[in-house]
Amino acid sequence: MSDHDQELTPEEVVPAGGEPSPQQHFRSRFGGLSGTVAPIVTTIIAFLMGGLVVLFTGKNPWKVYKAVFKGTGLNWFFHVGNHHARIPFSTHKMWFPWDTASVAAGNLQQTLLLTTPIILTALALAFAFRCGLFNIGGQGQYTAGVIFAVWLGSSFVHMNPFLHVVLCLIAGTLAGAVWAGIAGILKATVGAHEVISTIMLNWIAYWVGSYLFGEGGPLQGSQASIPISNDIADGAKLPVFWGIALLQGLSIGIFIAIGMLVVYWIVINRTTLGFEVRAVGFNPEAARYGGISVARNYFLAMAISGAFAGLAGALDITGWEYRIGENDIQASQIGFIGLAAALLGRNTALGVGVASLLFGALINGTSGRQLDPSIFRPDLAGNLTTIIQGLVILFVGLNLGGLGVWLKKRRKPA
Amino acid sequence: MTAIAARVGGIRWTDPKTIGIGGIAVGALAFWLALPPLASRTAVLPILLGILAIAAGIWTWSREEHRVGGGAVAAGVLGIVFGVLATRSSEAHLDTVVVWSALLAATLRYATPLTFAAIGGLFCERSGVINVALEGMLLTGAFFGIWGAIWAHGWAPGWEWVIGLITASLAGMVMAAVHAFWAIHLKVDQIISGTAINFLALGITGYIFIDKYGDTGTPGNVADYGIPDVHIHFLSNWYFVGPIIGQLNLMIWLSFVLLIATYIFVFHTPYGLRLRSVGEHPRAADTVGISVYKVRYTAVIASGAIAAMGGAYLSLGFVHSFNENMTSGTGFIGLAALVFGKWRPFPTWCATLLFGFSSALSDRLPNAYGNQWGTLFNALPYVLTIVAVAGVIGRSIGPAAAGRPYEKQ
Repeated sequence: MSDHDQELTPEEVVPAGGEPSPQQHFRSRFGGLSGTVAPIVTTIIAFLMGGLVVLFTGKNPWKVYKAVFKGTGLNWFFHVGNHHARIPFSTHKMWFPWDTASVAAGNLQQTLLLTTPIILTALALAFAFRCGLFNIGGQGQYTAGVIFAVWLGSSFVHMNPFLHVVLCLIAGTLAGAVWAGIAGILKATVGAHEVISTIMLNWIAYWVGSYLFGEGGPLQGSQASIPISNDIADGAKLPVFWGIALLQGLSIGIFIAIGMLVVYWIVINRTTLGFEVRAVGFNPEAARYGGISVARNYFLAMAISGAFAGLAGALDITGWEYRIGENDIQASQIGFIGLAAALLGRNTALGVGVASLLFGALINGTSGRQLDPSIFRPDLAGNLTTIIQGLVILFVGLNLGGLGVWLKKRRKPA
Repeated sequence: MTAIAARVGGIRWTDPKTIGIGGIAVGALAFWLALPPLASRTAVLPILLGILAIAAGIWTWSREEHRVGGGAVAAGVLGIVFGVLATRSSEAHLDTVVVWSALLAATLRYATPLTFAAIGGLFCERSGVINVALEGMLLTGAFFGIWGAIWAHGWAPGWEWVIGLITASLAGMVMAAVHAFWAIHLKVDQIISGTAINFLALGITGYIFIDKYGDTGTPGNVADYGIPDVHIHFLSNWYFVGPIIGQLNLMIWLSFVLLIATYIFVFHTPYGLRLRSVGEHPRAADTVGISVYKVRYTAVIASGAIAAMGGAYLSLGFVHSFNENMTSGTGFIGLAALVFGKWRPFPTWCATLLFGFSSALSDRLPNAYGNQWGTLFNALPYVLTIVAVAGVIGRSIGPAAAGRPYEKQ
């Protein structure tokens, strides 16, 4: 979407016939989703409004945000000094400008661990967006990935470690793809609205997960009264390259996620598939006229999008969670955080990466584990995060150009 | 001669539609026979009746009545599956789970918040604005309802629940107004703004809840001044009926009133016609002088108030307390019921009853069969809705202009 698209007058947006063409419909849906200034302004507005909320509770927003920032571990980058770091997967040490064992480093590991699945669920949203589809089911696809990764990870205990972890990741990815593919097939064949079907699939995954890992469920662990699965085998765990595995060190999952950002960029911008997906997204009618199968692309876009979200679930399990409980399935919001990150990142690879880091940091910084309770209650801060997230989604979809048009019309006497 | 024979009692007995509806009834009968009080112990009966229902369904389907025919086939299959399952499980278990009067009363209790949410959604979506924010509006109503009642407890004895309902609907209207402004004037994608409302509701209610009641939770005496039950004394001793409707919460009766009022309003008044025309073809409505924006604003804000009342019932009339994210999907089941009922009041209400029944059943299943089956049962409404949008039992298609912002000319 170029800047030119933004300058359409309202008369062009909806033709005189009343029914906007699919292309114009698409633009009215996603027209506000380009540019870099608006996301930054959005973020600032959301944080300012969040600060107001903090102020209402009689706390100093500046202090709270400072404590949150400290909890994110992002301050680690500012403490440059003369340190030594162990080279990952070896016993050798080398000079390094940052202290890899400080408290801030530990916090940063947590932030990056959270960023990993957010990047992938955001990519899931972004890929479907590019095809003109709204995949609101990232949460359900994530859960599908989690279920299969836990199931296979805790099953074949004596398998070759490398094969085992790869199996878990692939199974999780496929599970997500199949889960989203259901919505894709329904959209492609009978035209069922993907928003409705993915919302329903989210809740089906929620209850199936609760059933599987709940008390008496088939995947519940060996302790009868605790609704948590067994741990996955050691061979199914991703190697941890920074920090200690027992204390949730950073696994190589973050590199897989970053790799997927690159894959996303290449697929969207440099392949026939990406071209067709974008063509369908811009204008399904024109794409059909040009010989592109719209139904096939709807299905593929949903399945690929679900694959990203499923991989997110598998990476969480193999990277640091190692087991899953009924409560974790029910409390997880990763899919919806991905939604916010995709919208804020304008569906571009770089934007998604940056936005995911922002949300990962925000969630980690306000978590009970990181935030100093003497400054701000972590359970309040968690809700503050949800408010900020809502505000970001609210303002980021805002076509700032549209606001301008509306204000101009207001000033003109009718 | 056949024509006369076929019309005994004013019903055309050989009409495909009649046969199909009969098939659905036979399918339900197949399951019912295996349950108390009859509790037939042989699996032959449900299988026979189920096959009969499926046959009727196929015959109906072949006569181009796809919706009823598909329904009869589905009813037959479900009748066989559940009927055989019921004959296999012990009679004692069945007796614990299937207490019809208690089940039906629980069905009404569970269906009421769904009805409010779905009717709210009906107004909103009939006007052409998609509302995935029902969950958030319900949650807002749940919190601000109980907050208002607790606040009024000091100075308005006896009227707490009224004030609670008012604060709930006001809060729901504020949320809906944001959704309306974003969807109608700013022309933001309605699903994006709806999702944002859901998050805002979750965050705001959670934040104020922790800030105000965080350490102790909402006061324990809310039950004393919550929404009252309606006691119908002469009914309460009647066989079967008494235990079901002898003592229902006021909001359940209100939901019946709301349902009928909605039906009359939407389908039998000029205002309802305007509402529907704005949702189907806004340009045409605009041409004949209907203000599209005004109708849509009114409908969306009304939907917020109605959905919030459902939330207030949850907190003030049902559980008498509030917890973070206490609705946990109720609003989405309401949305599912709306889709399942094809955006029409009575079918939607039937869907909420069906979903309420599955919730009631999943509540009672653990007594006999262990926790996990009850949990899995909770997924049923969503599965059925997927089946409905997939078009197996007649396709669900929403208002034509839903989701499309309208641009005045």
